Amino acid sequence: MVKEEEDSSNRPDNTAFTQQRLPAWQPILSAGIVIPGFVLIGLAFIGIGVGLFLTSRDIQVLEMDYTGADGSSPCSVCYNLADKNCVCTMSFSIDSLIKGPVFFYYGLTNYFQNQRRYGVSRDDKQLYGDTSNFASPNSECAPYQYISNVPIVPCGSVANSMFNDTFELFKNVNGQSLPVPLDGKGIAWWTDYNVKFQNPNVTPLINAFNGTVRPPFWSKNVYELDTTDASNNGFINQDFLVWMRRAALPDFRKLYRRITDGDYSAGLPAGNYSLKIHYNYPVNGFGGKKKVVFSNVSWMGGKNEFLGIAYLVIGSLCVVMSVVMLIVYAKFKFPEDN
Amino acid sequence: MLRRGLNRLLGVDERRVDNRTIYIGHQSSLVNEDFIPPKFCDNRIVSSKYTVWNFLPKNLFEQFRRIANFYFLIIFLVQVIVDTPTSPVTSGLPLFFVITVTAIKQGYEDWLRHKADREVNKYQVTVLENGQETPKESENIKVGDIVQVKENETFPCDLILLQSTRDDDTCFVTTASLDGESNHKTHYTVPDIERDLKSLNATIECEQPQPDLYKFNGRMHIYKTNQDPAVRSLGPENLLLKGATLKNTQKICGVAVYTGMETKMALNYQGKSQKRSAVEKSINAFLLVYLCILLSKALVCTTLKYVWQSKPGQDEPWYNKKTQKEKDTNLYLKMFTDFLSFMVLFNFIIPVSMYVTVEMQKFLGSFFITWDKDFFDPEIQEGALVNTSDLNEELGQVEYVFTDKTGTLTQNNMEFIECCIDGFQYKHRGASSELDGFCVTDGPVNKLQQKAGREKEELFLRALCLCHTVQVKESTEQDQREDNLDQVDGLRIDENVLQPPQKERGFIASSPDEIALVKGAMRYGFTFLGLESKTMKILNRNKDVEMYDLLHVLNFDPVRRRMSVIVRSGSGEMLLFCKGADSSIFPRVRQEEVERIRLHVERNATEGYRTLCVAYKRLSEEEYAQADAGLREARLALQDREEKLLAVYNQVETGMSLIGATAVEDRLQEEAAETMEALQRAGMKVWVLTGDKMETAKSTCYACGLFQRKTELLELTVRTLEDGERKREERLHELLGEYHKRAVQDAPPVKAGGTRVCFASNQDYGFIIDGASLSMVLNSSSESNMRSYKDLFLQICQNCTAVLCCRMAPLQKAQIVKMVKSSKGSPITLSIGDGANDVSMILEAHVGIGIKGKEGRQAVRNSDYAIPKLKHLKKLLLAHGHLYYHRIAHLVQYFFYKNLCFILPQFLYQFFCGYSQQPLYDAAYLTMYNICFTSMPILAYSLLEQRISIEDLIEDAALYSENAKNAMLRWGLFLYWTGLGAFHGLVFFFGVRFLFSNPALQDNGQVFGNWSYGTIVFTVLVFTVTLKLALDTRHWTWINHFVIWGSLAFYVFFSFFWGGIIWPFMKQQRLYFVFANMLSSVSAWLVIILLILLSLLPEILLVVLRNPRGPYTRKIAAVTPLSYKHLNEQK
Repeated sequence: MVKEEEDSSNRPDNTAFTQQRLPAWQPILSAGIVIPGFVLIGLAFIGIGVGLFLTSRDIQVLEMDYTGADGSSPCSVCYNLADKNCVCTMSFSIDSLIKGPVFFYYGLTNYFQNQRRYGVSRDDKQLYGDTSNFASPNSECAPYQYISNVPIVPCGSVANSMFNDTFELFKNVNGQSLPVPLDGKGIAWWTDYNVKFQNPNVTPLINAFNGTVRPPFWSKNVYELDTTDASNNGFINQDFLVWMRRAALPDFRKLYRRITDGDYSAGLPAGNYSLKIHYNYPVNGFGGKKKVVFSNVSWMGGKNEFLGIAYLVIGSLCVVMSVVMLIVYAKFKFPEDN
Repeated sequence: MLRRGLNRLLGVDERRVDNRTIYIGHQSSLVNEDFIPPKFCDNRIVSSKYTVWNFLPKNLFEQFRRIANFYFLIIFLVQVIVDTPTSPVTSGLPLFFVITVTAIKQGYEDWLRHKADREVNKYQVTVLENGQETPKESENIKVGDIVQVKENETFPCDLILLQSTRDDDTCFVTTASLDGESNHKTHYTVPDIERDLKSLNATIECEQPQPDLYKFNGRMHIYKTNQDPAVRSLGPENLLLKGATLKNTQKICGVAVYTGMETKMALNYQGKSQKRSAVEKSINAFLLVYLCILLSKALVCTTLKYVWQSKPGQDEPWYNKKTQKEKDTNLYLKMFTDFLSFMVLFNFIIPVSMYVTVEMQKFLGSFFITWDKDFFDPEIQEGALVNTSDLNEELGQVEYVFTDKTGTLTQNNMEFIECCIDGFQYKHRGASSELDGFCVTDGPVNKLQQKAGREKEELFLRALCLCHTVQVKESTEQDQREDNLDQVDGLRIDENVLQPPQKERGFIASSPDEIALVKGAMRYGFTFLGLESKTMKILNRNKDVEMYDLLHVLNFDPVRRRMSVIVRSGSGEMLLFCKGADSSIFPRVRQEEVERIRLHVERNATEGYRTLCVAYKRLSEEEYAQADAGLREARLALQDREEKLLAVYNQVETGMSLIGATAVEDRLQEEAAETMEALQRAGMKVWVLTGDKMETAKSTCYACGLFQRKTELLELTVRTLEDGERKREERLHELLGEYHKRAVQDAPPVKAGGTRVCFASNQDYGFIIDGASLSMVLNSSSESNMRSYKDLFLQICQNCTAVLCCRMAPLQKAQIVKMVKSSKGSPITLSIGDGANDVSMILEAHVGIGIKGKEGRQAVRNSDYAIPKLKHLKKLLLAHGHLYYHRIAHLVQYFFYKNLCFILPQFLYQFFCGYSQQPLYDAAYLTMYNICFTSMPILAYSLLEQRISIEDLIEDAALYSENAKNAMLRWGLFLYWTGLGAFHGLVFFFGVRFLFSNPALQDNGQVFGNWSYGTIVFTVLVFTVTLKLALDTRHWTWINHFVIWGSLAFYVFFSFFWGGIIWPFMKQQRLYFVFANMLSSVSAWLVIILLILLSLLPEILLVVLRNPRGPYTRKIAAVTPLSYKHLNEQK
């Protein structure tokens, strides 16, 4: 091939790119690759599915509704919240040991934490400890921005509606109620606790909140959420943090406590228990339900049958497909090749 | 009554409408007192669209007329006004960007047009004012000005020729840039006017401007003192058109009659309207569907919201109190704003970025045409040129190709190929390099001397030298050089070797093949020296000069199709030489001579040469005297002169003896035949539209294989119309009906659609029509006839493999294109041409292609694409067009798909969040999805994808018809993609929904919130959509790899980054560590993998199951590794 020397400025560059001749790889999904591939994927999926399914089956869950809407529940006296500081007690028994660590969740249904207006009604700057936003909260916080011109801290609907039922768990041993220690640490995301939410850098903490008022629904101030432990008080109170992470769906559960300490580190042993509920949170207005859940978790998290079944189905689908394809190829492809 | 009265009232205006009166040189002496100077437009040419002042409003208006831009504007305004889930910036910024870029691009294009206009308008011309030569700018020429034009200049406006420097009061012009005829045409001065134009006192009365180039009617009144005004009639032979070039004449003077936008050239020039591609129309249709989807989604959500809220406790639960303002708002207003909010929330389903990507794809993609080295022509040192990138994909959709002949199919370079004397074939050595197999049957083809009797030979050559109307050009240096350039190099050298250079002479004739014949005779030793006062001089082989008195010229006309001369030789012999088409000569010669020649003639004709037969006859004195008398009498006849002349001609041209035949080739462009064949095999129909004569055009069609030997020709020309005695109208009706019967009704029914390959049908038809007949078809007197004629004509044409339209005015060419364009199924048309006469059809067709030929630059300037040679059309359409179409069609479908499965989960989420317009994804994801995460892979795909390699596309033209009729953007496929998008959207949303039935997804028991939900869905979405494209990619270059894996990596990186920092300017830190937390959950990983695979599973299955049985897939698989190898070898 003779290379032409008389190149002019007009002559297009003879490069692979400009001539659309870049070396290219053509993937060919041939039967030889796809059928074994499908079999492999299918088998792998079935394997994972079996694992997930078994794991999920082993997770023990104890779920109890304590709304009290139907009247038969011990908490029905509190349902209408006629009485402040209403306390009710639910008794239950566990047949076999719930392996530890056991997680204690509370659940709400028909509760739209994912409402848009509700969700934007918060001030992350406040919660980051930025005191400039204490005096003038984000306007999105309305209608919980000011009460008669005094700024609300923490402002907004989300903070205002913080879940305020509290629970105490007792194990009934020989007629005695022994309290089960509940651990309120480690229930919120590490980053929320350490970075995203911060108390204002003021000591004592109460001074930072001068000239502000607590959310109208709250019975105590934010700096009084946990007076026993400074590292769980104010904006970094873990119950508060859990609440502030909005649930994705209207029926949700949130982590309340972990049962890890002392005698219960191995789990909740079989026996009779009573749950003392300080019933404060109203749900009758919107027909919601409240429940508590005791559950242990595995490497995949809480109990969830869906994932295991889905893996099994898809995996077997892949295997079936590969068989179908094998038949199709045997019928159409191979004679052509000969 | 009323009408008449009105007419009387408006009488003055009416006169102005009919005629215009021009005062030559603005002679004031003629102007009587009540004269109102008529207003004519000035000589300015305006092709630009905007001025500085109206650019902004006009451009904005035009841009917002685009349905998409308008839509985005509305969405933006809604976001500004109403409280919506997303900020106005998310849609405002991209819109602003798009509008600005488009405005800049269009402004620049218009600036270029302004520049071009200025160049024309500021051109310096010389105007005679009171006999003084004054320089003027071209735009200042007024009607009535006397303009002086020098040789090789173009006329600045339409002029009536008053004076020429030539002795015979003529001048020569070429109208190559007007009608494509490059020969010299003779124009005449107005007879009997003063030499001194200063004293000329005259007015011209002529018709109002009209676009027909060949028509002009006018009168000149010449006023002389003490005399009655003389009246001269003016015709087209006196009119010099703007755009034509003065040749072979030193200087002329003429008076401007039409100026500026009223010149015939400007009237033939149609405004450049913006062309829209079929793909764009499809996009708009799809857009409407998606708009409907969007509206119904918003409507459903709004309705359900209020239904849901009507249940007790749902409207305003205690934890989510409304503000006072919300409570006070009117219910219906609330509904309306909710509806708008939903619109805004879902508006991403119609992505502004698609328009940006499509524009980028078109703009960047067009570089591959400019860069293609196959389009580089070493002769003119130029490659292809792209004027509009909007139409790239249209190149892959062409169904009708309209091509000009002169300069496009042919080089317009006649060459004498061979002759046949007394049945013996003579072929000039070296004239044609290829050896023809058929020579053998005639006996050896050798030197001239060994063939037919010397006497016959010389007679034949003398005939060639004498029987013509060629003039010898007074050669100047410059002309010779031009002449040289016109020739193909190789040939030139040959001739230079054969003859000493001083014998080079230029010839001028009305037809280029006459020159070719004279030059042919010159090769064999007989040189025509020129005509001097009725004496023709010939230099014969023995270098003797022979003299012949030219007694009569029996002119050529298209009805007789022959011409003759009667000469008296030096020895006093009277000779009649006649040359003409075989059909007109054969009946007039002795039959025994015919057979020997006929064979050659027919063979040459099928070779595509233009053949002429030459006959002669000796006239006795008496015969001559009789003929002479007859001719003179007929010439002087006042009535029926034409008929009488014809009768005498026919009488004289009888009983001749045939001496031979000639074959002249109008050399085709390189690879013209191959190109045409490829186009036809690709399912395109080729129409030749030319201003040239029918015979010439027909032979070209044969030569480039558009007409084959077995093609049955259906002619609808003036000749066939005048066959019978009946009126043309009736005959037209009859012929149309007959042809329709033959070509349409009797033809075997063919499948409609582009997949048909024309060669398959058993009988080919070719259709020939000329300009006059066409105008009868199109402008038939009665309305009803017109419609039916047009339909008949179209139907006939659609069933013909090739159509030839000859003697077309430029505007008629555009009319034909328009007619086909608007016919049933609105096929995509392409026009290709090289001269200014093709401009109107280039502008009219969906795609206009200019050839960078010799005839100026008008065609190139007005075209959408310009290529140096006709042969480049093949690659442009078959390879580039096919690929562009495939790419952009996939781009469009993919874009709609990916936005549907983007927005569908967000729509479904409304059912779970109380219809509160809660976005599922974070704002950053909403904005970046189309801009960053998924835009680059599809852009790379749409620039680089080669489903079938370029070599195969060129080799197998039939592949082109795969995409015919917008195949990849049909509703069926659109539905498939939409279904796929919906399926993916459902899988994404509900897969994650079921996972979230227990939101404790981490092994530490902690729960995930709504942003984790959205992020999982979004991650699945980004991966699926990108991998779907990866599955579709058949041509993985490193760029594809880089971009596909790169954007996935970028997504991951971005998510870490976005969630890794507390952004001080953000009101909410929604995504803080959401992504990282998600990745710490095994369940999230598993669900992402599961959903991606589940979404792609049907796709993979489809690819696999379709693969072995698709018609071309096997081929693709087989050849691609090959082309890869090719490349390696080349390197």
